[in-house]
Amino acid sequence: MLRFVLSRLLTFVPTFFGVTLVSFAFIRLLPGDPIQLLAGERGVSEARYNELAEQFGFDAPIWKQYIDYLIGIFQGDLGTSFVTKRPVLDEFMALFPATLELSICAITLAILIGIPAGVIAAVNRGKFFDQALMTTALVGYSMPIFWWALLLIIVFSSGLGWTPVSGRMSLMYFIDGPTGFMTIDALLSGEEGAFKSAVSHLILPTIVLATIPLAIIARQTRSAMLEVLGEDYVRTARAKGLAPLRVNGMHALRNALIPVVTVIGLSVGTLLAGAILTETIFSWPGIGKWMVDSIFRRDYQAVQGGLLIIAVIVMIVNLTVDILYGLINPKIRNR
Amino acid sequence: MPLLEIRNLSVEFSTTSGKFRAVDGIDVTVEPNDLMAIVGESGSGKSVSMLAVMGLLPWTATITADVMAFNGHDLRDMTAKQRRRIIGRDMSMIFQEPMSSLNPCFTVGFQIKESLKKHTDLDRKGRQNRAIELMQLVGIPAPEKRLNAFPHQLSGGMSQRAMIAMALACEPKLLIADEPTTALDVTIQAQILELLTSLQEETGMALILITHDMGVVAETVRRVQVQYAGQKVEEQEVGALFDDPHHPYTAALLAALPERATERRLPTIPGVVPGQFDRPQGCLFSPRCRFANAHCKAVEPVQASPEMGLALCHYPLSHGEPTNREKAS
Repeated sequence: MLRFVLSRLLTFVPTFFGVTLVSFAFIRLLPGDPIQLLAGERGVSEARYNELAEQFGFDAPIWKQYIDYLIGIFQGDLGTSFVTKRPVLDEFMALFPATLELSICAITLAILIGIPAGVIAAVNRGKFFDQALMTTALVGYSMPIFWWALLLIIVFSSGLGWTPVSGRMSLMYFIDGPTGFMTIDALLSGEEGAFKSAVSHLILPTIVLATIPLAIIARQTRSAMLEVLGEDYVRTARAKGLAPLRVNGMHALRNALIPVVTVIGLSVGTLLAGAILTETIFSWPGIGKWMVDSIFRRDYQAVQGGLLIIAVIVMIVNLTVDILYGLINPKIRNR
Repeated sequence: MPLLEIRNLSVEFSTTSGKFRAVDGIDVTVEPNDLMAIVGESGSGKSVSMLAVMGLLPWTATITADVMAFNGHDLRDMTAKQRRRIIGRDMSMIFQEPMSSLNPCFTVGFQIKESLKKHTDLDRKGRQNRAIELMQLVGIPAPEKRLNAFPHQLSGGMSQRAMIAMALACEPKLLIADEPTTALDVTIQAQILELLTSLQEETGMALILITHDMGVVAETVRRVQVQYAGQKVEEQEVGALFDDPHHPYTAALLAALPERATERRLPTIPGVVPGQFDRPQGCLFSPRCRFANAHCKAVEPVQASPEMGLALCHYPLSHGEPTNREKAS
């Protein structure tokens, strides 16, 4: 197992350099000059332009800029946003907990509903529940996210008044806790009603963000289960007189989990990379919105730094998925 | 009272292209401590009839029977839950492919102990001890270690032994072995068959061996039931069956054994078992039977007397020659 993890970690090295190169190159390939964007409509004089270019290091040859960037990374310095003048890492870390909190809630919801739904659909293949569920999943998968979010806001926030419209916390509270997770910090703060407020702010964005992963997980679970349910060992389990819950939920599901874990891993990756639409609609102060803003501002340092951190996180998620394969199916572990 | 009694069992599968009758009016009687074989080629409904008894058929199957009783329980009007209390405990089954019949995600020990947990009151320690005992019983060396092995770490023969251990966990009264040796090497086949018969003798359980291999039958069982296209065509003691098969199908099967071949060229049975769309009129075996005449092809045969092995044939054979011929013509 250790050897497996180490060998996987080794493959991180080329991927890591690939990501630095791509993120460095892509943002520079976009048309638009950061200094001119920074200057706004009035523009800058040529002398001032050169001064700024020198200050940000844009006058150096492109390869030198890349080398400097790499050197910075290894010194733990992802650069400084030239818009906010703050270190990119600090900016990222200030916003990331919001994204992480929302992503964890969304993927948990998607797993808790998606897997059981897929199992039940597979076991009742072709019957009403199966068809209803698969149709719903298809609708969920193909629905425009912004429309779905607005619909929920109209019904539950404006209409019924059950949930707040946007943000992470009611303005009545000021929570600045150690974890950056609003729910946990609210709980730690001991302020009455703060936790409830944090949770109520989470509900709609979680549902919206969970919709697509839920649909994918449910469909994947169903098809993997259908394959596994015909296997001999499932018949063996039934021949032991085991209850259907144990046969389907344990003997079959465990074997069906491999492809499901794969799609969960992929979903986690995309969720962490920032759910731009969801964060924008619910004014959720996460990294998705920050990344988009940075791209519009041609904030080179912020974009390449943010992309790099996200890529590393996705790589870690993938490694976790690979390790999970081995835990789920020992046959893979020994290969 | 027989341990297992089945009268006129039929199984129909509803498929997209209509109904398919896989088992057609089978009778099976198994006494306690019985050792019998159900023989027939692929598609003769051997496995399906036993899976029907176990309640393991998919919901597309419709099962009808006049009598289907096990150990005094009527299996027909049982709920699924009641059935689950019997299968795996009093009646258990092992399957053709041992390698794929064990769940790759769980250790062998876990899978054996799971039966014990379901059907017995043994505590954790008791289950562990019983599992070790079972592994020794089926001849698996170093049982403590093997209990922690995963199925892919076992050979085919070892897997089938583990399957047998699992099936015997709760000391069943009836073990159904569905082609237990078909997927194994010839040398391992003999070992597994020997193990099964010796276990049958030791524990006093009844054993039904489903096979297509007459060679296996000869060495193993006491009584043989031959099935063809979902029907029972003959039933005899094993010695008598080999000496004097009464149904032409049985005779043809025996003639196809290499050990019994007298000519240079091994005799075969032409054609295949009829499927959903090519079921013949009259006797189902008539298109492949070398004794068949117009009467066979038109009229369904009835069972012959017990002396004639209950052969489902208009002209049951006696020492290789058709009888009753003159009556028909």
